[in-house]
Amino acid sequence: MAEETIKFKLNGKAVTLSTDGDRKLLWVLRTDFELTGTKYGCGEGLCGACTVLVEGDAVRSCQTSMKDVEGKNIVTIEGLSMNDQLHPLQKAFAAHDALQCGYCTSGMIMNAYSLLSKNLDPSVSDIVRGMDDNICRCGAHKRIIEAVQSAAKEMKGGMKP
Amino acid sequence: MTTDEVTGLDFMEHSFSNTLPRRDFLKLAGGGILLFFTVGDLDLLAQQRRGLPTDFNAFLKIGEDGRVVCYTGKIEMGQGIITSLRQMLAEELDVALESVDIVMGDTDLCPWDMGTFGSMSTRIFGPALRKAGAEARAVMLELASEYLKTPIDSLTVENGVVYDKSNKQNRIAYAILAKGKKIERRAAGSVSVKKPSEFKIIGKSLTRRDAKEKVTGKAKFTSDIRISGMLYAKIVRPPAHDSKLVSVDVSEAKNMKNVQVIQEGDFIAVLHQYPDVAEEALSKIKVQFEKPELDLNEINIFDHLLKVAPEGKVVTKGGDIQKGESESAAMAEHTYLDGYKAHAAIEPHAALVHIEGNKANVWASTQNPFTAKEEVAKALGFSSEHVRMMPVFVGGGFGGKTTNLQIIDAARLAKLTGKPVQVAYTRKEEFFFDSFRPAAVVKIKSGIDSKGKMNLWDYHVYFAGSRGAEQFYDIPHHRTTAYNASWTGAAGTHPFATGAWRAPSNNTNTFARESQIDIMAAKAGIDPIEFRIQNLADKRMQNVLRSAAKQFGWKPAKAPSGRGFGVACGIDAGTLVATIVEVKVNKNTGEVKVIRLVCAQDMGLVVNPEGAKIQMEGCLTMGLGYALKEDVRFTGKEILDVNFDTYEIPRFSWLPKIETIIIDNQESDPQGGGEPAIVTVGAVVANAIFDAVGVRVYQQPMTPERVKEALKKG
Repeated sequence: MAEETIKFKLNGKAVTLSTDGDRKLLWVLRTDFELTGTKYGCGEGLCGACTVLVEGDAVRSCQTSMKDVEGKNIVTIEGLSMNDQLHPLQKAFAAHDALQCGYCTSGMIMNAYSLLSKNLDPSVSDIVRGMDDNICRCGAHKRIIEAVQSAAKEMKGGMKP
Repeated sequence: MTTDEVTGLDFMEHSFSNTLPRRDFLKLAGGGILLFFTVGDLDLLAQQRRGLPTDFNAFLKIGEDGRVVCYTGKIEMGQGIITSLRQMLAEELDVALESVDIVMGDTDLCPWDMGTFGSMSTRIFGPALRKAGAEARAVMLELASEYLKTPIDSLTVENGVVYDKSNKQNRIAYAILAKGKKIERRAAGSVSVKKPSEFKIIGKSLTRRDAKEKVTGKAKFTSDIRISGMLYAKIVRPPAHDSKLVSVDVSEAKNMKNVQVIQEGDFIAVLHQYPDVAEEALSKIKVQFEKPELDLNEINIFDHLLKVAPEGKVVTKGGDIQKGESESAAMAEHTYLDGYKAHAAIEPHAALVHIEGNKANVWASTQNPFTAKEEVAKALGFSSEHVRMMPVFVGGGFGGKTTNLQIIDAARLAKLTGKPVQVAYTRKEEFFFDSFRPAAVVKIKSGIDSKGKMNLWDYHVYFAGSRGAEQFYDIPHHRTTAYNASWTGAAGTHPFATGAWRAPSNNTNTFARESQIDIMAAKAGIDPIEFRIQNLADKRMQNVLRSAAKQFGWKPAKAPSGRGFGVACGIDAGTLVATIVEVKVNKNTGEVKVIRLVCAQDMGLVVNPEGAKIQMEGCLTMGLGYALKEDVRFTGKEILDVNFDTYEIPRFSWLPKIETIIIDNQESDPQGGGEPAIVTVGAVVANAIFDAVGVRVYQQPMTPERVKEALKKG
């Protein structure tokens, strides 16, 4: 293992880490930073449970190498609520019961965040297309779509994502 | 909404530090009013509770702080009982919902429970909890009567405060009555629960109690628990079940910095403080296995099952089958097939075991913590009183988290290394060790008389299990035979483990039965809903079916009508379900797209209507998977589908318009909610395909290939 020093921004704070640049972001977040809101689901980028934002884009942290996040801005589910104020997406997921077991929820919310940051007025089919690669086994899909729609409305009303 | 407006999770506040010395949990429960009650079989309870009280298996406490706590061995895995159990207790005790906490799945704090499965939490545990709540309320009234020097008849309760009906100033709070007291009561069942007309909290829709924890990433699932000094383990796994280890070379892994290698016979593990480094170390191990020879796969499995089937046992019968055959004007005989299905919860099985001296604390994704506790004790050679299962959220179970192999691995490694060890399955391991829903065969011969009335039903189910096999139509000559009545089989039956899968047996049985009923409706030339109503004696089921038809806007027509409409009924865990669907079938590709699903359900008393609807939606969405795509492929004992690329589960783009109806039936006992609606999904789709294109698919899943094949045969 060749250790290297990697600097990046994590949930608004500058961080530095000495580690093997080939390690995947998912495991670094969950162990080195103890940010366990980001989940392992499949390890191959197929389920979306590990979705985080890198430079505002939803990426699969289980497929993202540490050397590729040097200098980047990373946001995880823990970084979404600021000063104890839930993000409109988090509020909408809770208010719409858009979750059951909750294991895929972090990934769903982070993916929806990226979706809404690019399209604040998505149609249902935009949401379906944008969320299609995040999977949920409990079958909360219907309410997730409703939650994303509702959050989009609230965010259009002036709240910044 | 601020974070304060979304309430937090109860059981975390009630968890004690894991260094707390072991004790009799009655002592730990502290001061206040305790009420013990029993759910289920007392004999079974007595067998499980060595050295602990055996006359109850749940209890509630009214504490000196006025908080009401229910201790139950049930677990929360998404089904929402953390919300509905609170509602029931708050209702019967007349306390504010916010003052009720549910402590779940901690084997030290909670009395023994069989496990969370079979849609039993609301159906079986719920009524007992309500009775206990009512009885606790009666105890509080007795105490208040003494304190206020007022007869009980003159008292009433609101929000945990007892007051004199004629003088509201003459009042006393539960919290004050509980102060400095240690009252223990056994529920005698002599106090009656509230009537539905008196409900203030039961029947109200509430959002999830655990929502805030789950939308902020704070909810702790097993693999999220970290304790200092812990190691993550990765274990060498064979390519197929029952493989023989031929050779292994761990030298390269051993040379990795800070990697610990454990080898005990063919149990080989690597451990590191980072799970990904442990995974890398695992990849450095050179290992050779010899796979067992077994010529079985997802295609020839059905012939094999019929060959090894044990003798059939008649589940129900009535009339005379031969007479039914000779009196039938038209008969049909068909065979239905169903392949293996994975549970595929998004959270893979995980466990963390921490041994301190002769005690072990265990965090694990399990549906049956009390069974797991015994298994860990056995694996470690500990007394089971020295093993404590800690409360954690479970990321979906569906029956799959009743097997606890990962916990045993973690326990073994914690003992061998002397460190806390986490074993969390990769997705591949999750598929490999899953106890699949069994492949199964159903053979049915049925007949109608000259008026189109059902008069013959001869039903044979092989290996699905008997749940949901009994037909509920009014058929004079009928017989239901189960060949292996359970979802597991004797050695030599299935090439790997099988087990309960959301509404076990019933998905296969309902697919077969409701397909066959539709075939008879078509033979009679009668609209499939009308045909069912004519052949149903049960007025409740007729009502459920009519409710679904009304919502759907069903216009009677005999199938195939070309519209792509399908209907099916089912009964599971006491709940009656009717589902109607609209599909579009692409004749060129064989692709089936489900456009709309309407589902009506009579589940008796509904505690949290929105929670119940969420479960129905979950069932209907998940059910599309086994109906259309899910089928585990394998060669011998090797599983070929090991991730979501080839084992496809429902996605957003599959989602039809879903409408759910709950029949108002508050006077009846509550029935199952987490499973029933899923049983109808395969059958409605099969019937709708027939209605759309006039051909029938007799095998689940109804893949494009199978639809095309059916179209080719015509």
